[in-house]
Amino acid sequence: MADTEVKAADAAVAAPEEPPKKPVDPGFEPEIIVFACHYCAYAAADLAGSMRLQYPSNIRMIKLPCTGKLEVIHLLRAIEAGADGVYAAGCMEGECHYLKGNLWARKRVDHVKHLLAELGIEPERVEMYNMSSAMGAKFAEVATEFTERIKQLGPNPVRRDGVSPHAAAREALGGVAMPDEAESAAAATVQEGHAE
Amino acid sequence: MITAERKPFDEIIELVGDKKKVLVAGCDTCVAICLTGGEKEAEILASELRIKAEQDGREVEVEHTAAIRQCEWEYLDMIAEKVEAADVVLSLACGIGIQSLAEKFAPKLVMPAVNTNMLGMPQEHAVWLERCVACGECRIGLTGAICPVVRCSKSLMNGPCGGSHDGLCEVTGPDKEEIECAWALIWERLKAQGREELMFTERPPKNWSKSSSGGPRKMVREEAKPV
Repeated sequence: MADTEVKAADAAVAAPEEPPKKPVDPGFEPEIIVFACHYCAYAAADLAGSMRLQYPSNIRMIKLPCTGKLEVIHLLRAIEAGADGVYAAGCMEGECHYLKGNLWARKRVDHVKHLLAELGIEPERVEMYNMSSAMGAKFAEVATEFTERIKQLGPNPVRRDGVSPHAAAREALGGVAMPDEAESAAAATVQEGHAE
Repeated sequence: MITAERKPFDEIIELVGDKKKVLVAGCDTCVAICLTGGEKEAEILASELRIKAEQDGREVEVEHTAAIRQCEWEYLDMIAEKVEAADVVLSLACGIGIQSLAEKFAPKLVMPAVNTNMLGMPQEHAVWLERCVACGECRIGLTGAICPVVRCSKSLMNGPCGGSHDGLCEVTGPDKEEIECAWALIWERLKAQGREELMFTERPPKNWSKSSSGGPRKMVREEAKPV
């Protein structure tokens, strides 16, 4: 048997053992939860809007006074409720309004990556990003890049019909999540001292 | 305090088996302080178990709770209802807490979700160092309040061995980190206290029968018993 034939035969045997590549479903629209810091990412999102920048509508934001308020369970709850991807967006490192909140958030996000790996779920479904309030373009870029990443990964293996990951994450955060202006302008004024 | 580390997730899954109602029970004393088994960690483990069940397509009900102290009957009463309703309780308490819970609610299936590892001191946030093995006869009055039983790799009671160099032990820690020689530390401490002569004083042998190798120990305080 010629060398080439042996190789071809080997390839034919080896081929079925390779894990099949997950086909990307073009119709898949992921649901992504973003935990955004009030001082940077949330303002950057505002700026992106004012600049008329396009970014995917897959992301749903939850405003926090600082990403340092984010705990492991908040990220897990979003995944448990079926979020396809979750990311935290905090200030640039060294520029946290509360000094180190964003550094704590990064560590917690890394820990969740470890927990997801333990569960056999892709750790890439959670991420930590840093940006300043002046980075409207970066906000749009991150949203686009992350949405693309999740589209490649496909849906979260945990699907819960009738459960909103956004609502579940908000509920887990309790009073920590700041009211969304769009949701209720009135509630935003005095609640928990987070006056605008 | 008592410190513990969470077991690997796969081992926990194996312990839970095919049980349908799982209660993850934290303990809000020692294991909460060492960030392993408090209510927060119980909630995280419960969430992980639900995600796993969902992934495997199994119907499992997972709840979490925490007792102020799992090692006391009174505090266990406070979580009794949830324990009774569960098929299996995964306890995140230390070995004492897990056994108290299992004894109180016997024959309820109670499984450990942590490995209790030591009596440690938080050296800095999130780092614990072993300081005591509860040997039953404390001799650190003679050693400048540094315990050679736990801090000397050989638990030597009468000075350093030949493996002590420049204040370091010849043995390295689990992460290949240097270990300080307990006897070098003792010598320096006694010198600073002006009590070096203690190193040369004859001391009676330690009574090891009070340690853990002679069966379970028991402590009774007659004067404190209720009348």
